Order: sequence, then C-alpha cells, then structure tokens
Amino acid sequence: MTRADLCAVILWTGATLYAVFGGADFGAGFWDLIAGGSEKGERPRGLIERSLTPVWEANHVWLIFILVVLWTAFPEAFGAIMSTLYVPLTLAAFGIVLRGAGFAFRESVRSLEVKRALGATFALSSVLTPFFMGAVVGAIADGNVPAGGDGDAFSSWLQPLPLFTGALFVASGAYIAAIFLVADARRTGEADLESYFARRALAAALVAGAFAVAGLFVLNADSSYIYDRLTDQALPLVVVSALCGFGVLVMLLRGARRGLRPLAVGAVVAVVWGWGAAQFPYLLPTSLTISESAAPPETLAAVIIVFLIAAVLVLPSLALLYWLSQKELLEHE
Amino acid sequence: MPPLDLLPLAATESNLLAARELMAFTLAFHIVLACIGVAFPALVLTANYIGLRRDDPDAMRLARRWSKAAAVTFATGAVTGTVLSFEFGLLWPNFMERFGDAFGIAFAIEGIFFFTEAIFLAIYIYGWKRLGGWAHFWSGVPMLVAGIGGAFSVVTANAWMNTPQGFTLDAAGKVVGTDPLEVLFSPAWTYEVPHMILAAYMVAGFLFASVYAVGMLRGRRDRLHRLGLLIPLTIACIATPVQIFWGDLAARGVAEHQPAKFAAFECIQETGPDQTEYLGGICTEDGVKGAIGIPGLDSWLVGFSTDTVVTGLNDIPANERPPANTLLHLSFDTMVGIGFGLLALAGWFAFVWWRRRDIPGTPWFLRAVAVSGVAAIVAVWAGWIVTEVGRQPWIVQGYMRTEEAVTEAEGIWFVFAAVLLLYAALGTAAILVLRTLSRRWRELDEDATDTPYAPREPTP
Repeated sequence: MTRADLCAVILWTGATLYAVFGGADFGAGFWDLIAGGSEKGERPRGLIERSLTPVWEANHVWLIFILVVLWTAFPEAFGAIMSTLYVPLTLAAFGIVLRGAGFAFRESVRSLEVKRALGATFALSSVLTPFFMGAVVGAIADGNVPAGGDGDAFSSWLQPLPLFTGALFVASGAYIAAIFLVADARRTGEADLESYFARRALAAALVAGAFAVAGLFVLNADSSYIYDRLTDQALPLVVVSALCGFGVLVMLLRGARRGLRPLAVGAVVAVVWGWGAAQFPYLLPTSLTISESAAPPETLAAVIIVFLIAAVLVLPSLALLYWLSQKELLEHE
Repeated sequence: MPPLDLLPLAATESNLLAARELMAFTLAFHIVLACIGVAFPALVLTANYIGLRRDDPDAMRLARRWSKAAAVTFATGAVTGTVLSFEFGLLWPNFMERFGDAFGIAFAIEGIFFFTEAIFLAIYIYGWKRLGGWAHFWSGVPMLVAGIGGAFSVVTANAWMNTPQGFTLDAAGKVVGTDPLEVLFSPAWTYEVPHMILAAYMVAGFLFASVYAVGMLRGRRDRLHRLGLLIPLTIACIATPVQIFWGDLAARGVAEHQPAKFAAFECIQETGPDQTEYLGGICTEDGVKGAIGIPGLDSWLVGFSTDTVVTGLNDIPANERPPANTLLHLSFDTMVGIGFGLLALAGWFAFVWWRRRDIPGTPWFLRAVAVSGVAAIVAVWAGWIVTEVGRQPWIVQGYMRTEEAVTEAEGIWFVFAAVLLLYAALGTAAILVLRTLSRRWRELDEDATDTPYAPREPTP
C-alpha cells in the first residue's frame, strides 16, 4: 500500500467515524424535530439532550479532521470539490452553525418560548446539514466534480444520485440515532422511551434501506462507474451492509437488544467502505485518482504520523469520554 | 488605496474584495471565542485549584459558573471555527489546491489538539457533579495543554504564510516536495505564536475581570465578585508586560522578514537611517500628516541605533506594496496604544496590591478594568489587520498573490450578507444566553443571603 493509499484509508476512517457518531447526532436532531408538541415531546427531547450534550462537539471534530486530511494529503481534490460544490457546502456550513448554536444555547435557557425557538433551529438544521453533506458525497460519487475544479455550481449536485444520497444521509443518521437512543433509554430504565425509539429505529431502518436500494437503481440507470464496481469489487461490503441491516430489523421485531448497536453501526460502516472500495483508485471518479491528487511524500508521511499520534492520544480519550457518558458520570445541572 | 466604487470592478476583483471582507469578518468574530477557548482552562483551573486547596467555596462556585459560560462560548467557537475551515476551500480554492500540502501540515496537528480540547472540556464542564475533587481538576489539565497546542498550530500556519519555507516547486509552480518541520517552524512562528497565545490570555483575563468589575461598580462587592475580578485580572496582568516585550520582538521580526509590511504600517516612504517614529496621523505618499513624530526612534527600535537603515516603500515594487497604509498605520498604533494602556493598568494594580494587598479603592480602577476586556479584543483585531492586510497583495508572501487564490464562484457578496445576518443572530443569542445565566446566578446569590436559616458555607 502506498502512502497515498494509506492517507486515503485515514480519510475514510475519519469519514466512517463521522458518519456513525456525527450522523447519530444529526439523526437525534431529526427525532427532536418530529417529537411533537412541548408536552408530548418533553421526555424524548430530554433523553436526546442528555445523550448528545457531552459528546456532540467531540463528534463534530471528525468533520474538521476530514477537511484537514483532505486538503493536506489531497489538495487538488479538495480544491476541485470546493470550487465545484460550493453551494451545498455553504448551505451545510450554515447548517452546522445553526445546529451547534441552537443545541448548545437551548440547554442554557429556561424560558419555554426561547427553548422552543432554539430547539427548532437545532432540529431543522440537523436535517438540512446532513442532506447537503450527502449531496456533496453523492455528487463526488456520481463523477460530477471535474479534476480541475470549477464544475457547474448547480447541475453538479441537483441530480438524482446526489439528492438520493442526501436523503440517505438523513435516514441513516436517524436510524443510528434511534438505535443509540434505544440503548440510552434502556440504561436509564425508561422502558416507554425504549420502545418509543425502537419503533422509530425500525421505521428508519426500513426507510434507509429503501433509499439505499433506490440509490442502487439510480446508479444502475446512470450506468455509472460506481455501480459497476459496487456489484463487483465492493460487492462483499454491500452484502455485509445488507446482512447487518437485515439483522437489525429481525432483532428489533423480536425485541432483542444485545448487539443491536454493533450490528447497526456495521451496516453504516459497510456502506461507507463499500463506497470507498467502489471508487478505488479514484478520489474523484473518474477524473482524479488517489495517487494523482496526492501531496508530496513528506507531507503524506506527516499526515500518517499525525494520525498515529492521534490514534494513541485521541482514541483512548474519546473512549474515556464515551465511557464516562455511558456511566452517567457526565451531566449538566 | 483600492478603488472605492464597486461597479467598475472586474469579477475577480469584486470577488477578491468580497472574499477578503468575508474572511476578515468571520475571523474577527471567531478570534474572540478562540482567545477564550485558549485561555479559559488556565482561568478556570486556577479558580478550581484555589477552591480545592484552600477549601474555598467562592472559588469553587466561580469555577463552576465559568464552566457553564464556557459551554456556550466553546460551542459558538466550534461552529465559527468550522466555518473558517470551509472558507479556506470555498473562498481560496486555488491557494489550498496549490499549497494545501504545505499549509495543511500545521492544521493536521491542530486536529489532535482540537479533539483533545473538545473531549476534556466536555469531561471537565459536565463532570462537576459526579467526578470527585482532584480527579475532576486533573481532567481539566489536558484542555490547558490543548488550548496552547491548538493556538500554536493555527498561528504557525499563518506564520508560514508570512515567511513561507519548507517546500520545493517544479517549473509549473506546483509543490513537489515538502519539509514538514521547516513548514511548522518558519521564522515568523517565534514571534507570532507567543504573541497570539499571550493575547489570548490577555483577552480572556481582562474580559472575565471586566464582567466582575461591572458587577462591583453596580454595588455587588461581595467576596465572590472580588475573587472573580482578582483571578483573571492577575493572569492578564502577568501576561501584559511579557506581551509588550514579545510585541517588540514581533515588530523587529516583521522589519526583517517583511519589510514591505513594516514600511506600510510605519508609513516609511524613503529607505534610509534616522527614521522618525510617527504616532497617529494619516499616511500619504509624502509621509505622515497630522502625527506626533519622534525623530530617529523608528530606526532605533528596529536596530537599537538611529543609524539603522529601514526599508521604505520606494524600494518595494509598486505592485507589491500593501494597500491602505493609513488603516495599517492606525491599526498598529491602536494595538500598541492599547497594549501600553493595559500595561499601565497592570502596573497600577500591581503597585496597590504590593502596598496594601487590595484592589485599588477608586471606582476609576474598576471602570478601567470594565473597559479592559473590550480594549484587549480591539487590540487583537488591530493586530490581525496589521498581519493580514499588511501581507497583501500576497496570500503566501512572495509566492502567491491573493487575487490568484480567490474563487471564481458567484454570489460571494450575497453569502457575505447572509453571514452578517447569521453571525449577528449568533452573537446576540450568545450574549443573551450568557446574560440569562448571569441573572440566574445573581438571583441564586441573593436568595442565599436572604434566607436566614440557609446552611452556612464554611469560610476559609
């Protein structure tokens, strides 16, 4: 494996962690959005707030990580993506501001009206932000970003596949979030919330699965490079994802809880790596390969070393944060 | 001076202006929160340490409250910082495409610090209830290190833009080799990085102190307010003289590495010895008008002798001179002026404390502290105007012009307007939330003193 390939693996690792943990935070916002009126939605919203508060900012850093690795290790791809997909990217950036601020401010105020307004800001932007991020990813996968950049600002992403991918991002975030919230409710002994989110997890799993299958049909209709590879070199990962997703469905229907989270996470991880495997060796299919856009070898080495240091320092810290949070040792008063 | 009317501007020129204004505005907004993020750990851990060590409930209460305020400012800083990461690519795609492989290295390291800070800040600010005493205190220490490390990474990336090195270019100008250590430690880092970290400590220290100074001016002179003033003020006042020293180093560093920037902010028209140091005034092609001039001082400050030859703008090619020299000159003077003003405040505080072990009794001292936080922020803004506008027309000094870097995307002015609105709402909401918190605490304090049978807190 070349240094450039290794950096691509690092990039994909960041993307995977963001898709799972960042995605779950956005998904929780989706459930917050449709939780109903203040009274009806109070308890699910309370659980969402308790689950997200200590971890969302750390999870958000994966996005920074992705951007930084992309612009340092693959500057040409970064420039091309940014100068083509600036419309959905700008909208996603606005969404990030509104989501973070809405959520952080909501927990600090008492007035019901202000809480409602901030909550709506948080929840609505939690849906729009992953949608635009998905559109960016879909546009890349669709081969709409030219290697030199400056692709069309609108027709590059206002296409079936990018829009489907956007919807898939929202649905898969909602799915992971519901699964995580089932476990959180179970831990705090709130049986009604547990079944509340189990029902929603089931619905989200079906919707996300439907989007994924529909996406495959869109890909097939486009007769795209990605489709050929998904049914070829990436096929095992597609199968793993489908199996995991199916397993989650069966478990939810039977009321089983043990191993639900790993299985649900597995379904998302397999999709992310399936996409990567299908794109390989392209970063921007089919105009720019990983090696063509790679930075000089010394820079790639620096990125790899920094990642190794991060793996030693950051991953255990992150594990500590999750552990403390799961043990209910972190709370705001 | 750039042309004032926008209509005749070519598309790129218009985009360049819009992109620069947008970058400047979002950076100015973020830098305040970044300063708090860098220095907050030192402030809160000092209060926490005093609280634990001396069993001081007031210090503990301050630490807890600052934690809650930090939850608000850190979240705001996290999202405005993300916007800046997007802007690197969205506004300057050609810069990132050409130099991301060098410029990015420092940011890769910043990722580690940002993670560490986000993780341990969360553990610290949400761990008050369940993590006991010293374990909780130590959980905050990594964020102190991460704050300083993060500031190093980001500012050293900017230092590299001012004194780029550590890369080789092929004939087409593409980076084909890098030396990551040379990129990370370009000459300007030695003065830019400490200058900014000290600035962060001054901003956060004076800002926190100013909140309690206002409270004391309104008659709330309890121990909590005194301590809330003393801890951050002491930290800021220790940073101030060091900052003046480092600022002096920085100015000499700029004179050496970026003579065009130095000539622009000092308004030196002709190269030569015996340069006059001008305070204030308007910079014109015939020199400074309406300023106080101290003959020879500028040369002396650059080389400790009035014979020191200082480069003037006449030796800089016309198309490489920074724009808006009056803005640069006045920004520099503002920064230095505020710096000395804060030094005077620090001296006053230190003198009275040394003689009487007390805060100066006159309300004028509290008034001065009350404005010191905003003053420190203005000084930081002025300093960044000098750094960034003074580097123009370059984005990477000597290698890439800002106009080559800017995006060709349409609608930057529109995005700028939208960002202004968004950030106005964001800033207003953040301040309102902080005020709500402060009002709630005040009510708690008043309730506690009004209730005759409330359990007494042990006095130290």
